[in-house]
Amino acid sequence: MTDRQYADGIVPGRLSPEHYSHNFADLHPPLDRHEALVEADRCYFCYDAPCMHACPTSIDIPLFIREIATGNALGAAKTIFDQNILGGMCARVCPTETLCEEVCVREEAEGKPVKIGQLQRFATDAAMMAGKQFYERGAPTGKRVAVVGAGPAGLACAHRLAMYGHDVTIYEARPKAGGLNEYGIAAYKTPQDFAQHEVDYVTAIGGVEIVNGKALGRDFSLSQLAAEHDAVFLGMGLAGVNALRAEGEEADGVGNAVDYIATLRQAKDLSELPIGRRVVVVGGGMTAIDAAIQSRLLGAEEVTICYRRGREHMNASVYEQDLAASKGVIIRHWLLPKRVNAEDGKVTGIELEYTRLADGRLEGTGETLTLKADQVFKAIGQSFEAGALNGSGAAIALEGGRIRIDGEGRTSLPKVWAGGDCIAGGDDLTVSAVAQGRDAAESIHQALMG
Amino acid sequence: MADIRSNFLGIKSPNPFWLASAPPTDKAYNVERAFKAGWGGVVWKTLGEEGPPVVNVNGPRYGAIWGADRRLLGLNNIELITDRDLYVNLREIKQVKKNWPDRALVVSLMVPCEEEAWKAILPLVEETEADGIELNFGCPHGMSERGMGSAVGQVPEYVEMVVRWCKQNTRMPVITKLTPNITDVRKPARAAYAGGTDAVSLINTINSITAVNLDTFAPEPTIDGKGSHGGYCGPAVKPIAMHMVADIARDSETAGLPISAIGGITTWRDAAEFLALGAGTVQVCTAAMTYGFKIVEEMAAGLSNWMDAKGHATLDDIIGRATPNVTDWQYLNLNYVTKARIDQDLCIKCGRCHIACEDTSHQAITATVNGVRRFEVIEEECVGCNLCVNVCPVEDCIDMVSLAAGALDKRTGQPVSADYANWTMHPNNPMKAAAE
Ligand SMILES: Cc1cc2nc3c(=O)[nH]c(=O)nc-3n(C[C@H](O)[C@H](O)[C@H](O)COP(=O)(O)OP(=O)(O)OC[C@H]3O[C@@H](n4cnc5c(N)ncnc54)[C@H](O)[C@@H]3O)c2cc1C
Ligand SMILES: Cc1cc2nc3c(=O)[nH]c(=O)nc-3n(C[C@H](O)[C@H](O)[C@H](O)COP(=O)(O)O)c2cc1C
Ligand code: SF4
Ligand code: SF4
Ligand code: SF4
Repeated sequence: MTDRQYADGIVPGRLSPEHYSHNFADLHPPLDRHEALVEADRCYFCYDAPCMHACPTSIDIPLFIREIATGNALGAAKTIFDQNILGGMCARVCPTETLCEEVCVREEAEGKPVKIGQLQRFATDAAMMAGKQFYERGAPTGKRVAVVGAGPAGLACAHRLAMYGHDVTIYEARPKAGGLNEYGIAAYKTPQDFAQHEVDYVTAIGGVEIVNGKALGRDFSLSQLAAEHDAVFLGMGLAGVNALRAEGEEADGVGNAVDYIATLRQAKDLSELPIGRRVVVVGGGMTAIDAAIQSRLLGAEEVTICYRRGREHMNASVYEQDLAASKGVIIRHWLLPKRVNAEDGKVTGIELEYTRLADGRLEGTGETLTLKADQVFKAIGQSFEAGALNGSGAAIALEGGRIRIDGEGRTSLPKVWAGGDCIAGGDDLTVSAVAQGRDAAESIHQALMG
Repeated sequence: MADIRSNFLGIKSPNPFWLASAPPTDKAYNVERAFKAGWGGVVWKTLGEEGPPVVNVNGPRYGAIWGADRRLLGLNNIELITDRDLYVNLREIKQVKKNWPDRALVVSLMVPCEEEAWKAILPLVEETEADGIELNFGCPHGMSERGMGSAVGQVPEYVEMVVRWCKQNTRMPVITKLTPNITDVRKPARAAYAGGTDAVSLINTINSITAVNLDTFAPEPTIDGKGSHGGYCGPAVKPIAMHMVADIARDSETAGLPISAIGGITTWRDAAEFLALGAGTVQVCTAAMTYGFKIVEEMAAGLSNWMDAKGHATLDDIIGRATPNVTDWQYLNLNYVTKARIDQDLCIKCGRCHIACEDTSHQAITATVNGVRRFEVIEEECVGCNLCVNVCPVEDCIDMVSLAAGALDKRTGQPVSADYANWTMHPNNPMKAAAE
């Protein structure tokens, strides 16, 4: 600890250097070989395994676990990558408690699922550390595909297209590839620059060029892209954030959780990253949880998540909520922000109104509460910025503010596919983005070669 | 409290759990520890004739196979008989017997197949006041190449001859230890019986290779690039040992011959099963070598708790109780019909029963019912084979239910007959037709 531990305001260096490295180390240290073998032995090799159905990328889980158990970790990695080329990241960030592990029959048997995610990490780490590549670029087809966004959806799409021999160019607005893997995922889930290692591992197949700093809608239009390529895949994620609609929102110290996390993820030295003494996070999803936990890990004394509905309505899983609680985050429910209090333009607190459900509708009770705060994070959801698509040519059809697609990932425009967070009806998970990118690539390939 | 004291050939021990002749009984240090831990008796590691002792390999002497979580299921070894001086062993045996008069102490012997050799060693053993001797006709490696161990045990005439020499030259009870490396174990048992043996013990270890090293292409355990077959023991051999014990127990030619059972005994339950098949005591090696001597506490307590729960007062109430129920296939009741039944509350829906039955057997278990994942037995197809029970990871989740007489067997469309009818009576049996 340092003399700035309890300093008011938003200041850097609240902790001593060893505390930063300890706090931001791997959330779940990797299984060693012995642990992996013991865990792999627990898998029953189920028929038509429920876990496999619950994985959005349909990894053959019983097969890869059996491969680990028989001492064939590289074979296990290939089984995983066949379905999910970002299996390494997914092993770290998937909320397995609501996906594969939730339905593992050993969850039903004894309340302790096989640690599928951890085993997946064991296998993928083995292959990636050995630099083992399983796929070769297909014989060149001469077809050119543009991918917009180098997030999980774009990368998965590009890799599958390269396997088929198509030339892929990824246009990425940000200076680095990886999407939210690089700029959004909590730091303790993916330490040691894993996101960039994975980008390199995925693109090592060849035939994929990433052009950074080029944004659709700013540097070129969709109709241009479509004209210059045989197909276009949109994997742009969600560039916008929802507004709080509370008075005083523009005060100094109020910010978007995703922006703060992006800054954190790019920080070279976390001790130089300022954080408030008392932090309030508004929201109830994974982003709110991540922002709150990381605020605590940076040394904030008091971190409170305020959510406008009840615990059972939160998007963050029970596991994530418990994780936050274990890190000392306070989660409060049924509170709606009304006003941000400020002095000299700087946040001093936030006034919230208690809420309740009346006939299924949320309403304020009139009673209010004021929490002291020197920093407020908004984490009430991201939104798709359709503006980037509006250039020349026909408008793409949206649904609920995001891109409408059909069962194969085709948008309303010819030659244009989409996947990941930017499409309607998704569940905003890395693994789903991978599945959608991969499947769109299959559809594109069919269309180009058919 | 059930009385688990054992009296085997007049050799008394506080419980029927003996340590088999093997490394756990190779010297006073180990045997003292075993008795402190509560073992009822030991068979001392096999002694050889006077002179320079045998030598063991100086590299690995064990190989193994494992189940889930590296649980040791089978062990093999290429160890020989004791490699310690005969007189050191005899002195220790005498002292240990003196220290532990209430425990059984039997001495295992293996000397060349000559009467003089046996005549020479028997008085030396008698002098220790040990309770009896066990003739090692079983060791399947090394010693057998020198005409001893299983080389004797595999020739019934030799077995009878050596047993007779021993009976003529000692007052001590003689237990003949049989090798399983033979097609019909009743033959050497009958030979030992004819020679006058007081009991048989079985099984010794089974010829085996446990693994091949895929880097060096040599069998394990590997000694300087080569390997030899070794003797297999541990949980994996228990079914083989049980069959052999039962075969001797129900052989009318050796009726009443006491048996000390050996082979894979690891828990009280294993021991109780051997006793039920007709054994008077049980001997343990691998389980002790895997977990140490403390396991005898679980064995003794488990056996006595089970006997209390079932109202068995002494070992005599259980010994041989299962023997009459071991029969030949041809006498099994073909009118006995069972169907698998899955307890849906216990089922964790792993689907193993389904795929086992679907891929390899009778297509009698569903995977879905009305589009929902659900495993149910299709009685029209189920032959009652028990495969699903054996592959199901949840104990008691699948039950084999026998159909009452008169009930409809949906597979055959026939009602279940109340009559006992076996193969010898079956119309499809050509031998039956011939007999008529
Ligand atoms: C804070 C936070 C934490 C999360 N934690 C988890 C988690 O633990 N587990 C999990 O499964 N999911 C998590 N998610 C969700 C997950 O990150 C996303 O679902 C996933 O990244 C979506 O992938 P994508 O490829 O669709 O979009 P993104 O990852 O958002 O990638 C889109 C890419 O497109 C680029 N782009 C955008 N607009 C343009 C343009 N006009 N031109 C060019 N490029 C453009 C962006 O810069 C970005 O690189 C989290 C999300 C957030 C915000
Ligand atoms: C390392 C080792 C050495 C053995 N040495 C002897 C021996 O000297 N004499 C003998 O009669 N049996 C010997 N045996 C066989 C055991 O006494 C016993 O018959 C066999 O291991 C089966 O019992 P288990 O399954 O409980 O181990 C040996 C077994 C092992 C593992
Ligand atoms: S990708 Fe995610 S959901 Fe699928 S198996 Fe791996 S950890 Fe589970
Ligand atoms: S459900 Fe669990 S036990 Fe069954 S295959 Fe999947 S991980 Fe293995
Ligand atoms: S093997 Fe057992 S647990 Fe698995 S589905 Fe069949 S009955 Fe259920």
